[in-house]
Amino acid sequence: MRRGGLVVLVLPSVLYLVVMFVYPFGYGVFLSLHPAKGASGASLANYLGFFGDPWQLRTIAVTASIAVPNTIVTVLLALAVAYAMRRGIWAERAITTLLVLPIALGTVLVAEGINGFYGPKGWLNQLLQLAGVADLPRLTHNYTGVMIALFVQHFPFCFLMLLGYISGIDPALESSARVLGARPWVVFRRVMWPLIAPGAAIAFALVFVMNFGVFPSAVLVGQPAGATRTIAIAAYQQAFEHYDMSMASAIAVVMGLCQLLGLAVVVALRGRLAATGVATVGAGKR
Amino acid sequence: MIDRLRFKLSKHFGAKNVLDDFALEVHGGEFVTFLGPSGCGKSTALNLLAGLLQPTAGEIWLDDERLDPLPPERRGFGMVFQNYALFPHLSVFDNVAFGLDVRRVARASIAERVRRMLALVKLEGLEARYPAQLSGGQQQRVAIARALVIEPRVLLLDEPLSNLDAKLRLDMRAEIKRLHQGLGLTSIYVTHDQAEALSLSDRIVVMREGRVMQVGAPADIHDRPRNLFVADFVGYRNVLTLMVTARGVDGLVTAEGSGLRVRGRAEIGPGGAVLAAVRPEDVRLSDDAGAVGGARGMVRLVEYQGREYDVEVVLDSGAVLKARVPAAPKIGDAVGLALEPGRVVLLTPEHVA
Amino acid sequence: MRGRVWRLVVFVFIVGFTLNLVGIVSHVAVSSLARRWFATPLPGAFTTEWYAYAWHEFQLPQVLTVTATVAASVTALALLLGFPAAYVLARRGFRAKNAVLLLYFLPLLIPQMTYGIPLATSLYRYRIGGTVAGVILANLVPMLPLAIFVLLPFVEQISESLEWAARVHGAGRWQVFRRVVLPLALPGLLTAGLLVLVNTVANFELTFLLSGAGSQTLVVALYYAVFAAGMRPIYSVDAMAVIYMGIVLLILVAALRFVRPTQMVFRLGGK
Ligand SMILES: Nc1ncnc2c1ncn2[C@@H]1O[C@H](COP(=O)(O)OP(=O)(O)O)[C@@H](O)[C@H]1O
Ligand SMILES: [Mg+2]
Repeated sequence: MRRGGLVVLVLPSVLYLVVMFVYPFGYGVFLSLHPAKGASGASLANYLGFFGDPWQLRTIAVTASIAVPNTIVTVLLALAVAYAMRRGIWAERAITTLLVLPIALGTVLVAEGINGFYGPKGWLNQLLQLAGVADLPRLTHNYTGVMIALFVQHFPFCFLMLLGYISGIDPALESSARVLGARPWVVFRRVMWPLIAPGAAIAFALVFVMNFGVFPSAVLVGQPAGATRTIAIAAYQQAFEHYDMSMASAIAVVMGLCQLLGLAVVVALRGRLAATGVATVGAGKR
Repeated sequence: MIDRLRFKLSKHFGAKNVLDDFALEVHGGEFVTFLGPSGCGKSTALNLLAGLLQPTAGEIWLDDERLDPLPPERRGFGMVFQNYALFPHLSVFDNVAFGLDVRRVARASIAERVRRMLALVKLEGLEARYPAQLSGGQQQRVAIARALVIEPRVLLLDEPLSNLDAKLRLDMRAEIKRLHQGLGLTSIYVTHDQAEALSLSDRIVVMREGRVMQVGAPADIHDRPRNLFVADFVGYRNVLTLMVTARGVDGLVTAEGSGLRVRGRAEIGPGGAVLAAVRPEDVRLSDDAGAVGGARGMVRLVEYQGREYDVEVVLDSGAVLKARVPAAPKIGDAVGLALEPGRVVLLTPEHVA
Repeated sequence: MRGRVWRLVVFVFIVGFTLNLVGIVSHVAVSSLARRWFATPLPGAFTTEWYAYAWHEFQLPQVLTVTATVAASVTALALLLGFPAAYVLARRGFRAKNAVLLLYFLPLLIPQMTYGIPLATSLYRYRIGGTVAGVILANLVPMLPLAIFVLLPFVEQISESLEWAARVHGAGRWQVFRRVVLPLALPGLLTAGLLVLVNTVANFELTFLLSGAGSQTLVVALYYAVFAAGMRPIYSVDAMAVIYMGIVLLILVAALRFVRPTQMVFRLGGK
């Protein structure tokens, strides 16, 4: 059988992504360097404009103040729970199935649900009132609301990802460490963590990148004109409210660079990340 | 039946030379075995013949037809794979019918031929089962039936018995021999198991790292290995370095060392060094430590092997000999050793490779 | 002892999180059935009239038609382009393989808002933006790689020796595909199809950026309804949300017959 011939079968999909993904990206970068008004040549005016305007520049700080703490909390909790569940728990299938719900339903529905459930007249506040809490907290249409929405969305994502990863580690490794006299904490620290760390690093990177691109939650459960005006909102407004595609592209590029920076930090913290590819669905026992 | 299959094949994977001018002529009706350790290129050779790989260089001729440009489906071969490769989504019947189906043989004829073949491999009544519902031995039979039903010009078998347990392996070995002879097949069989090769074959090709080490009838290979590799592979587990002391007019040389004296055929004069390859079953032990042509030694290990015992003896010279004997000595016993005359293979240094 | 406490804490957390999920989802459902609901545990009176109201007011027949068209087209195209690619990736090594894998991986890694804006800009320039076709083409960007990565392990587990056996015993390339590869890959195609389907129905950002007046999918229509809360009774918005939820759940239940929940997210593969 001629072995080379088959490889052409990847071409349609590769071509598609080149035209619909790589090209627009390049076009976006090009566009961002050619401001709608003003000079005809390439210029950094858009970028200078963005970084010179406190109202725009602030979006980076706002987005980071949401993305960084949220990612840390999400990954740490997901890691702890997934590790505790590594050998299965009661009603596991039911629990994991329920956890898929927010992933499948998507941000918009979760946002609407949070507005109801966590809202001023929602069940949670009613419960708190019943419990005698006098000063009811405000949980929606502000920073807290966005944090809740992102956590509800990304905790299951991160947890399922890590559960799949951790359950793929040969249980015999842990058993043999125990037999050799290691206590549970020592087993985690010396045997399991080194194996889990690359997966945890990738999970961290993915969650951070998603958090940094937050859009619908920031609009629907946040305060899109103030406390939760994230960089994605700024880009959207430039594109579809001011019709300045050039500036919008510049903001999208800045957003991409911030996400890249997050990835770079993770990679720097874990040199071994490179040794671990992100594969796909399929393997693992759960 | 075909008249003969001739080929000469080379295969490189990148810089790696897996087969190097591997050439042979197989006669119609013959049962030929490729024998060699794992990784020596046996499967590669078989896959080249089947057309599943393209040779780097070489040709395959079947009678007057050149086969190597043909895709696998046009060569008219049958093949039994090591893991059987039964189609998991097809029933036993459909698995066996596959080759006829893709050749668009008429339905009625397919049913009739498949049934006949299933009867031949003793699988009547299992037509509707799926591979997952069969035992290893049954799967094996389906794989054989699937390869045979198309009346292949050559049957290729790649370690077909290696996934079976020991007893079943013996049964299936006999079965394969029976089918080969009964149907007048031309078969090429691949194995790393010398016992299988010796019992099944008309001819054995011993391979090492993509090259032919020796071609011959089973008795040839067994009794007259041409080099140390073949000797080691077919069970000559003792190798002693001896010195030639005399050479007769008949060409027979006498070699001595470690207190042993042996006679055999070797192209070397007195004073040269030879290697003596000896099977454990050709080493005899005696209490009589002074036997002629024998040596003395001390037993250091005894392993029970069923009917017999494997014994390791340290000779006075420090060399170690493995023997297979009917009665167990005790560890630490002083014993005399003798070698079965005429069963020792003498190899000169150029035969080492 | 410490282990027990630790497990208890984890269990309580899980239960809490699950309850919060149930609360979020059922609050929407209850609200959609409320005649009026204000700061009480349950509404005083129930009604189903908001569904009829939402059906007309939000032009759901048209929105659902668009959603179905987009989801079906994206699924079909993703499988059609993705299966050959997954097959080659599973079977062959080639020089550019890592580059190709990276190309497939990036649209899944990079958030849609980041590449959606340049993509939308390009598509609007060629007047494809705002149309149903534009929504389909844009959604295919992340869904094609998704299909490929879901299919990959399914193809990998079809032993190549099955194809060889078929070839040796007389099947040509096409016959091998039709009689061996395709039937054995069917579970994978089904799984990938369902996952792409549910993800397309629920995919917000790209659809949002690319859809115009007549090309909104259900989730985008829901976004606008929530965004403009106050224009229409919240109960009717929640009725639309429940309809959306019902559709997603239906596909999800079908998908979960074939995949484990952990397969619904990226799989991290170690060495
Ligand atoms: N596709 C391949 N690419 C590179 N090397 C290969 C390939 N297939 C086989 N080899 C190498 O060729 C040698 C012979 O393999 P094989 O024919 O399978 O051996 P055998 O069947 O005798 O065990 C091995 O060293 C193996 O590693
Ligand atoms: Mg082999």
